[in-house]
Amino acid sequence: MDGYVLAQARSQCFYPRFERKPESPESTHYCPGCGHGILHKLIARVLDEFGVQDRTVFVSPVGCSVFAYYYFDLGHVQAAHGRASAVATAIKRTRPDSVVLCYQGDGDLAAIGTAEILHAANRGEPFTVFFVNNAIYGMTGGQAAPTTPLAAVSTTTPYGRSALNDGYPLKMAELLASLEAPVYVERVALGNGKQITAAWRAIRTAIDVQRRGLGFSFIEVLSPCPTVWKLTPVEAQKRVRDELTKVFPLGVKCDRRRQTVPRSQPPAALPADQVEVLLRGAEAEGEWPHPLACQPVDVRLKIAGFGGQGIQLLGEVIAQAGMYAGLHVSWLPSYGPEMRSGTSNASVRLSTNEVDSPVVSRPTHLIALNEPSLRKFLASVEPGGMVFYNNESFPTDCVRSDLELVAVPFTQQADRLGDPRVANMVALGAWLERVPCLPDGALELALKAHVKSESLIALNREAIQQGRLLCAQRRYRT
Amino acid sequence: MSAPVFLKGNEALLRSAILAGCRAFFGYPITPASEITEAAAYWMPLVGGVFLQAESEVAAINMVYGAAATGTRVMTASSGPGISLMQEGFSYLAGAELPCVIADITRGGPGLGNISPEQSDYFQVVKGGGHGCYRNLVLAPASVQEMADLTVLAFELADRYRNPVVVMADGCIGQMMEPVVLPKAVSEREPPSWAVMATAATRRNLITSIHLLNDDLERHNRALEAKYRRAQIEARWENWRTEDADFILMGYGIVGRVLKAVTERLRKKGVKAGLLRPITLFPFPTEEIRRLRDQVKGFLVVEMSTGQMVEDVRLAVEGVRPVEFYSRLGGNVPTAEEITDYALSMAPQSARQEERLWMAMF
Repeated sequence: MDGYVLAQARSQCFYPRFERKPESPESTHYCPGCGHGILHKLIARVLDEFGVQDRTVFVSPVGCSVFAYYYFDLGHVQAAHGRASAVATAIKRTRPDSVVLCYQGDGDLAAIGTAEILHAANRGEPFTVFFVNNAIYGMTGGQAAPTTPLAAVSTTTPYGRSALNDGYPLKMAELLASLEAPVYVERVALGNGKQITAAWRAIRTAIDVQRRGLGFSFIEVLSPCPTVWKLTPVEAQKRVRDELTKVFPLGVKCDRRRQTVPRSQPPAALPADQVEVLLRGAEAEGEWPHPLACQPVDVRLKIAGFGGQGIQLLGEVIAQAGMYAGLHVSWLPSYGPEMRSGTSNASVRLSTNEVDSPVVSRPTHLIALNEPSLRKFLASVEPGGMVFYNNESFPTDCVRSDLELVAVPFTQQADRLGDPRVANMVALGAWLERVPCLPDGALELALKAHVKSESLIALNREAIQQGRLLCAQRRYRT
Repeated sequence: MSAPVFLKGNEALLRSAILAGCRAFFGYPITPASEITEAAAYWMPLVGGVFLQAESEVAAINMVYGAAATGTRVMTASSGPGISLMQEGFSYLAGAELPCVIADITRGGPGLGNISPEQSDYFQVVKGGGHGCYRNLVLAPASVQEMADLTVLAFELADRYRNPVVVMADGCIGQMMEPVVLPKAVSEREPPSWAVMATAATRRNLITSIHLLNDDLERHNRALEAKYRRAQIEARWENWRTEDADFILMGYGIVGRVLKAVTERLRKKGVKAGLLRPITLFPFPTEEIRRLRDQVKGFLVVEMSTGQMVEDVRLAVEGVRPVEFYSRLGGNVPTAEEITDYALSMAPQSARQEERLWMAMF
């Protein structure tokens, strides 16, 4: 080799032999004149120049370039059709130091994966996308692409692409450049030496944008596909120059490098012991459990009313207080459409023994905060059970002689306290007066877990107290 | 033992995932699973993890694929309609042998159905709704404590078998609150050797599900098949009062809870009932069913579907004993009372005998 100066050696980002390829490891599987080979070389050259081979991850799509891993000596993740940008998003986010190259064809990126690329670009994901646009589905044998020019014939546009039937060729570079987040978007072509040199510069800029942590970069490459176009390699390049660049104008579509500051590194991971403190942490403050003074407990409580009456909160407070009292507990909301409007109900179990089913179908206790709820659930109450109803009295046609019926106007009392929202706590007081299964300390802890402000806690306490008093004063019917 | 906290099933699941070392979450909101995504949005930034609300479930599951490829413990959460959209990703994850955890907090279907609890995702999750011969490992919690414990197990199994693991809980289990003792935080694990971590050491690693040559793909599928056979040892179930049972009740998730109450009620009526609650749905506790089969007179399977798991029970029972089925749909949770009444109506002289014989022939 004496006397020669090696102007261009094979990139070290390529394997010397393509051992991963099942046949003929000396050559690629790309057709003569295919744009992929040229683009692979340009990318590899830039990676060499930046010295980022070890930290580069190549995301290959479905299409002819699915086998890019035969050639590039890089980390490889092969993605489902259209999902390369979603896959690349997660790779970059979980390995922020990586250089992620997302390599997608026109079907992959501009048809099946339109949502993924649009949102990755809109989030400004700091990786680089190479969009290889050859205006046809190459690997599957020549079907129309979203980028096929009008009037162009393909196996699925046998009479030529019609704007009325198939829409217009999709201009992805322009589309993505219209977003606010992308830092660099350019369209290049592989139609001749000059265009290829310009493509190399664009690739260099795009990978540099990523290397500097600036943000999303996107290079659309108009690329020849001689085999499927049924042209010679020379004719195919001519078509790229003369025809495709007319439909897809070359050039920089957006360049925000100057006004973009490098992204800050994501925060370091928290050590495991601190994670444990954070997540298992300070939920349960204070001394507990509070041992029970009363008899064995097996409460199956149904609480029902309008959405907005604090039904679910009341259920949570009772169940959580039960936990602090050392009972087995469960709370199950009716989380269905009731949540938005109409009625709401909660199932609460408090038991000395393990709770079998959290679903309360035959309640021992019913707290009904409105009449529809009373009517809906009264029949389900277990004989011998208790019903607490939010009114002066029960409707005459809605009573049962085998139950203890307690009518207390919870809402009216809450209004007197100045806040109708605490009607649920008045109800709680009334219920506790007849079912004294929760010690005050446990209740206090549960209230604190749900109500943050001291003044509101005081109001809730007062409401509970009023509920107790009202219930104690009332003669209940059996 | 640390003190229990009072949490929703969904919140317990997500917190346990982080304690199990999950540091990436990609999801799309859907009732009744949204609390998991919301909890991830809250907690992940605090522990230095990744949270991203994806543009769709399709994107979310493919993000899971990307994060799993880098050796990160990663999860997503959804419900029926979203899980349907994710089936493509399930197949690729299984094909590329990437570990991850998917929470499916099931709701009513088909189509938009409703947001109330059903168990109608069994087929798509347990049998595999995506293309190809793959299986998900499937865990079915029946309490908030199990939401925590089985989520930790899910991450362990995902790593052990390099396979997606689904924690499938109905909306009830996701939405209910119970006291739960959260697991201890796992210390940092060694990143798996196969991961693509953007380092010199992992540069030659390749994550793909393509095997172009017929023989290669056959070999790959045989290896997967062998792996799923190996995973049979992971079958878990709960036996409750089965020792002397004449009659086995079977149900998973919330139904498993209701069936405990049914067991009690039947025992009070003099029927020696016992409960077999599958905790893993794949692998399925087939051996345990076969063991009990010889001891008992029959089985009653209860599901909130028109009969999905019951097919696996019938396969296990092999027609040797009658397998009865009872279901509620549309978000209705069967009550202990109605199941008890149904079970008592199944006396041999009942008018339904013909139908039972017909069913046993499946």
